Order: sequence, then structure tokens, then C-alpha cells
Amino acid sequence: MKNFALGALVASSALLSPFAAFAQTDIQFWHAFTGRLGELVDAQVAQFNASQSDYKVVANYKGNYSETLNAGIAAFRAGEQPDILMVFEVGTATMMAAKGAIKPVYQVMADAGVPFNADDYIGAVKGYYTDTDGKMLSLPFNSSTPVLWVNRDLLDKAGVAKDADLSTWESIGPVLDKLKAAGVDCPMTTAWQSWIQLENLSAYHNVPFASKENGFGGLDTELEFNGPVQVKHIQTLGDWAKKGEFIYKGRRNEGGADFRAGSCALFTESSAGYAGIKAEAKFNFEVHPLPYWSDVAGAPQNTIIGGASLWVMAGKPAEDYKGVAEFLSFLSSPEVQAKWHQDTGYLPITKAAADLTREQGFYKANPGTDVAVIQMTTKEPTGNSKGIRLGNFDQIRSIIDEELEAVWSGDKTAQDALDTAVTRGNQLLRRFEQANR
Amino acid sequence: MEKRVTFKGWLLPLLLIAPQLVISGVFFFYPAGEAVWQSLFIPDPFGLSMQYVGLGNFEYLLSDPYYRASFLTTAVFSTLVTLVSMIPALFLAVLADRLVKGAGAYRTMLIWPYAVAPAVAGVLWLFMFNTRIGIVAWYLGLLGYDWNYVLNQNEAMGLVVVASSWGRISYNFLFYFAALQAVPKSVIEAAAIDGARFWRRFFTIVLPLLSPTTFFLLVVNIVYAFFETFGVIHTITSGGPQQATTILVYKVYADGFVGQDLGSSAAQSVILLLVVGLLTVLQFKFIEKRVHY
Repeated sequence: MKNFALGALVASSALLSPFAAFAQTDIQFWHAFTGRLGELVDAQVAQFNASQSDYKVVANYKGNYSETLNAGIAAFRAGEQPDILMVFEVGTATMMAAKGAIKPVYQVMADAGVPFNADDYIGAVKGYYTDTDGKMLSLPFNSSTPVLWVNRDLLDKAGVAKDADLSTWESIGPVLDKLKAAGVDCPMTTAWQSWIQLENLSAYHNVPFASKENGFGGLDTELEFNGPVQVKHIQTLGDWAKKGEFIYKGRRNEGGADFRAGSCALFTESSAGYAGIKAEAKFNFEVHPLPYWSDVAGAPQNTIIGGASLWVMAGKPAEDYKGVAEFLSFLSSPEVQAKWHQDTGYLPITKAAADLTREQGFYKANPGTDVAVIQMTTKEPTGNSKGIRLGNFDQIRSIIDEELEAVWSGDKTAQDALDTAVTRGNQLLRRFEQANR
Repeated sequence: MEKRVTFKGWLLPLLLIAPQLVISGVFFFYPAGEAVWQSLFIPDPFGLSMQYVGLGNFEYLLSDPYYRASFLTTAVFSTLVTLVSMIPALFLAVLADRLVKGAGAYRTMLIWPYAVAPAVAGVLWLFMFNTRIGIVAWYLGLLGYDWNYVLNQNEAMGLVVVASSWGRISYNFLFYFAALQAVPKSVIEAAAIDGARFWRRFFTIVLPLLSPTTFFLLVVNIVYAFFETFGVIHTITSGGPQQATTILVYKVYADGFVGQDLGSSAAQSVILLLVVGLLTVLQFKFIEKRVHY
């Protein structure tokens, strides 16, 4: 048996060696996608590998976003980092501060002589991943933004008119009352509470989440999400929670299963929830823009993105970087992007991909899929709506989760909870500043 | 009379204990020393630079009321886990000991849950108590009880305690069962002849004779509750709601692996090491004196 296995090994390596001798350069690409998204990434990679013969991209799934980032960091410490690492938006500040560990995308492209223009990207997507000079440090890969998902059947049941206004939080209140009165168990729920109800809320109303342009201007930023707009919003949600109209389902997107099963009427969740909702919902659903407070001047501004970008790691042979540049350029081509956007509900990250999707008639055939795009692109992003760049952001989000839970359970007022979250979060920001001095 | 083997010279005894020393050195002293060293710095995640902060990490931690609160959470959690996993185990072992028929099958069934990994046990309990799909949650709803461990701190704590204790009951059962077999029948019969009933015999004779086992299990279960319940907490509550189930070891994970704050994480490991060391010393010093061997 042992001999047989050995023989098989020898035979297979003998078979493989002619290909290896072909001097194809392997490009290691670590990502965080499994399931349907994983298949789509593999398809992109296969398409790229088939399109040329100099490079072979090897894609590896490394766990969820946090685990992938960890794997990348551990590998870098061991000197075995991949060429390309997928990092979620929350890890952006960590990667950016690690100057010796990354090679900025604009530089990779310039060195390889591959044409690249940051201005091809949608403003709010570009803003999140560029430095203060507008140079792109990582390549946006999957970006989404929160929208309002609506179960029309439940609204009909509650006697809410088809043309009832769902665009502002002021008008959502009476709708929730009706739903509750009609016996709907879960009138409204949310996914990713910090991202949607605080980070996006702030950007959408053009108020700061943190000082120094939400951290873009320097590591000495301080949290500022305990302002009147945020407090009013969180307190309103807290009041709705007390009345049983806003139902808290968990810190991540646990509420998604409830919405898809038809038990929740309104659901604030990423536009990328589209694929799952379309596949599972056995009711009429609609996509609406995220509601805003109409009494705030300048609202709605634009929402910000969530998702991940691709970082190129430092310390690899020059030959690799040429392949990386080719691959990144392939990924951002309009055709690849348009397909990705239509398959997943993630945003088309370039203007060309959005135009191509429109030309192909996708938005007409799938009403509501352009809501997120419009919501992101109608206004030029401001310093408050460009994005958020904070160190230790993952932990700051955990703190926000904890404090918001205290509001939903009625243990704290919104003002009290947000003040505490700001104080606790600022300590983490100071630690990050110290670590990256 | 103690039996002792005496060696001539140093070489052979050293050689004989060398494997154990090497294992302790590589898997305990080296990493523990590394943790102590790292706890004096604030490094960046990639290991590109390090800031020496002395005891700054400890100062930062101990001045944080939320970190101090997690000591209390840990104390409550580990006390509950220890009690919930030991008392039913003893009860079941006493019952199993009295069985004449079918003792083997009963024993095997009771030992099974021990084979389930903590994280998997967490998922199993999560499925039963999930607010949307959980069967137990559904029945509770029928009874008019609004089960919601996502927001209710006591319910969350109860759930992680039960999920962590469940598999441990088997482990403790095994030890108690074996210890019960070793209780001399003659003593019990003598008491019976004197007219002592079952529970009286149990509390005055059996329980004291079981005290070495109880002591051993106490130490082992507290260490388990401190260190190995991480998987259960991670899968069920992730430390929430608010900080209701954030025990010390979970915070080490969250800050180190999710937050990349290695300095704070290392300092927390050192604190945890000291706490458990202290607890074990206390146990040996005070409780062991009352143990009858």
C-alpha cells in the first residue's frame, strides 16, 4: 500500500513536471468567500488563468474576514505572506498603518506599467481606500451599502398603502404602529447595527462619526458619534424596541433569516443581501433607499460602503507583482465587474461597470437593484461621508454593539450609551496611535 | 512506611525526567515567558515595530471598569459551571452505582456527551434555544415565556453555563462512578446495621470518602471553566449581550485575534495565568486540608 502511494506520487509529479518547467509564476490570493461567493471568485480566477499563460492565480479560502486578516498577518510574520490578501473595510486602517507590510496598489500598477486610473472608480468606493493624496492603496473588491428591504405582503396585510412614504424615519414610525397593530411579530429589524445605524447614519446625514474626517486626517482622531442626530436616531430605535416594533436579532446579520422567512416586515441590511433574499423569499419584496431624518439639513447625503478590498503584500519577487497587476486590472475591467455586481448585489465599483449593467438592461429586469448605486452616487462624498478609517475598529464596533444592546434592552438611554461607547472607543484609538507611532 | 527508590548519581534520574522537563519547557515555560515579555510592549500587528510601555498594558487593563467587571463574570460563570457539572454528575453516579441490571448501557449513554467538542456542543444548544428556530424557545413561547437570550443577560449566562456543563457532567460522572466503586462495602453495611438510612449513609460516609475525587474534580473543572469554554461562548453569544458572557479567556481571544491588540492580549494572558495559579494554590492550601484520603 505504501509503495503504491509512493508510486502514484512519483507518477503524478512526473506528469506535472513539464507544466512546472513552463515557468508559470504562481500568484497566491487569500480570500474570505465561501459558498456561492466562493464559487464566483473561483470562476473569476479560472477565467483569468485561462486568458493568459504567464501567471497562475491560486485562490485560497482562509475563513471569515477576521480569520483571513489573521492568517495574512501570521503569514507575514513568518515571511510566507500571499501576494494578495482580502481585508474587510474595518481592517483598512490596520493595513494602511503597516507601511512595511504592504505595497500600495497604485505603485504596483505603475511599476508594472499597467494603466490604472483611480478616477474610474465610484467616488464613495474610491474614497474609502485612497490616501489623502487620492492615491489608491488597495483595490476595492466587494462593496455594498445598506438599503431598506421591505416585505410588501406584510405591509399589505397591515393595511399600509402601496404608495405610503418609506423614505424618512419620521414616516416609518406610523407604518411600524400599523404593522404592530396588525399582529406582525417583527415589524422591523436590522443587520450590522453599528455599520448601518451609526456609521451610515452619520454619513447619510453629513455629521461626523469621528474627528479628522472620520480618521482619514490622522491617527489622533476621536470618536464623535454621540451628537444630537445619532442620539435622536438611537433613542427612537430604543423607543421602538420598547414598544416591540424594532426587534433586535443579533450583532451580525441574524435578522436576515427572519426577513427571508417572511416574519419581519422592514429590514435594514446590505444591498448584497440581494442574492439570498431573491433565492429564498416566498413573498413580494422591494428595495428602498435607506430612510433618513428629514429635519436634518443636507440629508440625505450619501451612504458609505462595507465589504472588502484587495491588498498587495510587500516582500515578494518582482515577477509576482507584474502578475498581480495584470490580475487586478482584469478584476476591475467593466465586464468582470458588471457580472460580479449582477450576480451578487455588490456595487459596481467602477462607473464603466455601472454603465455596462444599465446598457445590458439589468436594472429594468430587476427593479430595485440600482437603489444602492443611486444612493451612493447622487452626491459627491464629503469629509463626513467618504468613509471611516479608525484603528482597532473591529473592537470599537464590539463596544458599540455592547452599548447599543443596553439601549435595546432599556438599561441605558441613547445619550448615556453613546457617550460611554465614545469614551471606551477613544481609549482604543489612543492605543492604536501608540502602537503605530 | 513510604517506599522510595534512591538513585546513585545524577545522570539517570535526570535522563528519566528529561522528557517531562522538555515538554514543560517547550509547551509551557517558553510560551509563558514569551507572553510575559510581550505584555511589556505595544507591538503593531505585523511585528514591524514595538513600543516598550513597561507595565502600561496592565495599568490600562486594570483601570478599565469593563475589564474588572469581566473578573466577576468569570467568577460567576466558573462557579456555576463547576456546580452544574459536578452535582448532577455525583447524583447520577450514585444512582448508577445502585443499579443491578443495565448498568453498562446506562453508563455508556452517560459518558457519550463527553465525546462532543465544546464548540459543537455550543452549536447543539444554540439550535435548541435559538429564538427563531429553537425547539425549546418555541415551547417556552407556547407557555407564554418570552425567551430572548440575545438581549437578556441572565438567560445568556444560563445558556452558556448549561452548554459548557453538559459535556462535563459525563467526565465528572466517570470519576465519581469509579470512586464510588472503591468505597468499601463493609463500612456501609456496618452503618446499615446500625440503622443509618441511605441518605444518612451517603452524607456521613460516602461523601467524605469521595472528597479526594471531589477535590480533584473541583480543580479540574475550574480550570476547564476558565480556559476551555471559549468555543461555547464564541458560538453562542460572542460575549454578549452587552458584556454578560465576556469571560477573561474570551476577551484574550477577542482582543488578540480579532482586535490585533497583542500587547493587551499578552497582558491578559499573564493576569489569567496568575489568577489560575493563585486559585490552585488556594485550593491546595485550604481545601485539601479538609480532604480525607
